[in-house]
Amino acid sequence: MKGLAHKLGAAVLGATFVYGATSVEAAAPEYGGNLNIVVGSKIPSYDGHIESTFGMIHPIRPFYSLLIRENPDNPASPTDFVCDLCVGDVPKGTEGGTKFTFKIRSGVKFHDGTPLTSADVKATFDKIVNPPKGIASNRKAYFKMVESITTPDSETLVFKLKHPSGTFIPAVAMPFNFVYSKKDLDAHGYTWHQKNINGSGAFSFVEHVQGSHVKGKKNPNYHHKGRPYLDSYTALAAPKMSVRLQAIRGGRADIEFRGFPPKARDDLVKALGDRITVQESDWNCVLLATPNHEVKPFDDPRVRKALTLSIDRVSGSKYLSNIAIVKTPGGIVFPKHPMATPMADLQANIAGYGKDVAASRAQAKKLLKEAGQAGLKFTFLNRGVDQPYKIVGTWLLGQWKKAGMKVDQVVKPTTPFYASLRKKGDFDVSVDFNCQSIVNPIADVSKFLPSAGNNYANFEDAELEKIYDSLLKAGTAAEQTPLLRKYEKRVLNDLASQAITLWWYKINPHRSYVKGWKIAPSHYLNQSLDNIWIDSAEKKKQGVN
Amino acid sequence: MYTYIVKRMLMLFPTLFGAAVVVFLLLRLIPGDVCMLKFGGEGGYADPEQIKQCQELLKISDPKIKQFYDYIAGFVRFDLGKSMWTQQDVTHEIAIRFPMSLQIAIMATFVSVIIAIPLGIISAAKQNTLIDYFVRAISIAGIAMPSFWLGIVIILGLLIATQAWTGVPWMPPIFYKPIWVDPVHNLSQLIWPALATGYRYSSVATRMTRSAMLDVLREDYVRTARAKGLIEKVIINKHALKNAMLPVVTVIGIEFAFLMGGLVVTEQVFNLNGVGKLFVESVTQADYTLTQSLVMLVVFIFVMVNFVVDLMYAWLDPRIRYS
Repeated sequence: MKGLAHKLGAAVLGATFVYGATSVEAAAPEYGGNLNIVVGSKIPSYDGHIESTFGMIHPIRPFYSLLIRENPDNPASPTDFVCDLCVGDVPKGTEGGTKFTFKIRSGVKFHDGTPLTSADVKATFDKIVNPPKGIASNRKAYFKMVESITTPDSETLVFKLKHPSGTFIPAVAMPFNFVYSKKDLDAHGYTWHQKNINGSGAFSFVEHVQGSHVKGKKNPNYHHKGRPYLDSYTALAAPKMSVRLQAIRGGRADIEFRGFPPKARDDLVKALGDRITVQESDWNCVLLATPNHEVKPFDDPRVRKALTLSIDRVSGSKYLSNIAIVKTPGGIVFPKHPMATPMADLQANIAGYGKDVAASRAQAKKLLKEAGQAGLKFTFLNRGVDQPYKIVGTWLLGQWKKAGMKVDQVVKPTTPFYASLRKKGDFDVSVDFNCQSIVNPIADVSKFLPSAGNNYANFEDAELEKIYDSLLKAGTAAEQTPLLRKYEKRVLNDLASQAITLWWYKINPHRSYVKGWKIAPSHYLNQSLDNIWIDSAEKKKQGVN
Repeated sequence: MYTYIVKRMLMLFPTLFGAAVVVFLLLRLIPGDVCMLKFGGEGGYADPEQIKQCQELLKISDPKIKQFYDYIAGFVRFDLGKSMWTQQDVTHEIAIRFPMSLQIAIMATFVSVIIAIPLGIISAAKQNTLIDYFVRAISIAGIAMPSFWLGIVIILGLLIATQAWTGVPWMPPIFYKPIWVDPVHNLSQLIWPALATGYRYSSVATRMTRSAMLDVLREDYVRTARAKGLIEKVIINKHALKNAMLPVVTVIGIEFAFLMGGLVVTEQVFNLNGVGKLFVESVTQADYTLTQSLVMLVVFIFVMVNFVVDLMYAWLDPRIRYS
C-alpha cells in the first residue's frame, strides 16, 4: 500500500499541473501533425447561431472566425478580448458608449476563395440580432441593446446601441457568432449553414461522418500569419467518458476539451506520469437549487431561505471537489470575474454563506418552524447525469437532512427532466444550471430574472426587474458593480428565489506533447485550435503514432 | 413450400404495422421533445418562441393522428424522413452505421459458432467428466458476465498489459474504417467487441448444443448405430449432430438478429458508431423519426432472420414439411 502511494505520488509529481493559463512555454512552436480530439456530445447542426452545445463548438469552431474573441494566449482572463477579424485593439465605445466602430482586416478570404468584407460581418450579425421571421437565433436576446449595424465602407463596421451597455463587447465575443459569407446567405438562404460549412477559420472542412468524426485541414490563407501550426485535426465522437479517458491513455486521442472529474485525472496521471499535462480552471457553470414558488410551501420566503441556510458550501467544496467537477463557492457572478462578490462579503451579507454553519442551520429550523413547516418534506427533481448533477443532488439531500428536512430525490432522464422543469412545472425543488461561454456577468445573471424565459422558479418581482434594468443601462464597471451586488442580495438573500450550490471546476488532462493550448473558464472557449502545436519529438518518445 | 413463403412474407406487414403503432405511442408518452433539448440542452436560454418555431418545423405540434398518418405514409413510399436532431436523411444515418453493425454481428456469430458447437459436443460426449464440468463452468460464466463488462475488462487489460510489456499503453482504434479500406485498422478495432459479445453468445449456444446433443445421443437410432459398431466420431458427426442442430440454429438466429440492434452498451464501451449506439442517441434526443425507423429496421431483421431459420429447419431435418 505504501509502495502504491509512493508510485502515485511520484506520478502526480511527474505530471505537469497548470492552473489557468499562467504557464510559459519557452519552446518554439513546431509545424505539422494531426491533433486527435475526443468529443463527448453530438453535432445537431453546423450553425453556431442556433446551437448551444460544445458538441458543435469543439469540432466546428476551427472552421470559422469571429469578429472578436477571448485572448487565446490569456483565455483565463474573463475580460481580455482581442480582435480576430478586426484590426488593432477591440474598440472602446464612443458617443457615450453607444457607438462601436470595428475596422475589418483586409485580405481575409473564406475557404471558397470569396474575400471577406464588412458586409459579411454585417450580414452575420443581422442574422444573429434581427433574424427574419421563421429563422432561429439562439443569442438574439444578448443583443437587445443594438439599434443598428452599418457598413460605411468595406472595411468598417459600426454598431449603434440604444444605450451604453457593459454586456455588448462580451456578447460580440461569444464563440457561437461564426462569421458567414453574405454571398452564401444571399444565395442559399439562412438555413444553409446548418448543413454546410464555408468559414474563414484556421482549418477548412474535409469530412464529417455522423457519429464518428469531423476532419479539418490547415487553411494556408489563414489571416493570423504563421498559424495554424497543425496540418489537420480530427474530432472523434466518443459519448462515454470512460472511452475518452482511455483514448487519451491509449494514445488514440491527444486531448479532450470539456473536462474530466478529479478521479479520472488521477487515474490518467497515475498511468502516464509526465506524459500527461493537467490544466485546471474555475468554470463558468453553476448548479442551482430552484424552488417552485407556485407550489406550497415554497411560496413562503422563510421556507426558501431555510433551503439555502442549510447548505454548507465551504465544507461541500472541500469534499465534493475530490469526486465531482465542482469546487468554488460563490455568488451569482462567476467567482473569478472582477465584478464577483468576494467571499468575505458573501459571508457577511448573504444567507447560507456564513462561517458558522450550525448557527445557519439553527436559523433554518427556526424559519421552518415559524412558517409552520418544521420537518418539511419535499421532492427534489434531479437530472440523470452523473457529473455533477447526481453527486451534487445527493450532497444537497444530506445538507437539508441536517436541518431536519425530509427530502426524496427523483432523477429523470434529460428529456422528461426538461419537460418537468420548463413545461409542466410539476416539481417542488429542482436542480437547474447556469452555464455560459464568454463570462458576461450582466447577461449571465439574467437567468435569475423572473421575466427571463429560463428562470423556472415561477415568480414575479418588480424590484428585481428594476435593478436589472438599471444594470443593463450602466456603462462602466464602477456603475455596474454596486448594482450587481444589490441584485445578488435580492436574489439570494431577500427573495432566496434560488440557491447557488458550487461553481464547476474544469480539469483538462492532455498528452504533454500537445502545446500552445491554454485552458479557459469555459469549455466553449479557445477552440479555434490555431495556437496548438505538437512537439513531435516528445510524441515519438511517448510512442504515439 | 412456396405458399408457406408467400404467407410468411404477407405476415410481415401486420407485424410491422403493429410495431409501428406501439413505437409511435410509446415515444409520444415520453415528456419533452427534441426542440426543448436542442435549444436549452446545456442550460442556455431557451426562447419559447424559438422552441415553438422548431416544433412547427418538425411537425411535432401537429395532431397525433396526422403525425401517425405521415409516418405510415412515409414508410409506404419508402421515405423514412429526416432525423429530427441532425436533419440528415434517416436512410443516410442508418446506412453509415449498418455495415459496421453487420460486420460485428457476423464476426460475433462466427466466434460463437466456433466456440459453441465443438464445446457443446465435447461436453455432451464427455458428460459428467471433468471436461464437461469445465465447459459448463465456462459457459455459465459467459452467461453471467455482461458483454459490456467483459468489454471494459478487455480494454483495461490491453492498456495495462501493453504498458507493462512495451511501456506504451495501446487500445483499439476508436473510429471505424471499412475492412476494404484498412483491414488492419478494421480488424484491430472490431475483433475485441466481436470476442466480448461472441463469448457471451457462445455460452447460450454451447449449453443448447450440449443439451440437444444429450437428447439425440439417447435416441434409439444412435443406440442402433453403436450396436452396429460404428465409431463414436462417425455417430456424432454423421448421425447425431445434424439432428441436434435445430434448437441451436434457432438460438443463433435470434442472437444474430439481436446483435444487429441490441449491442447498445457494448458499442458504447468500444466507441463503435453502430446501430445500437444510434438507437440510444435517438431515444435520448427524442428523435422520433429516427427511433421509429430503427425500431422498424430491427423488427424487420428479426422477422427475416426467423424466416430464414424456419427454412433451415427443412434442410436440417427433411421430415419437416411446410404447407
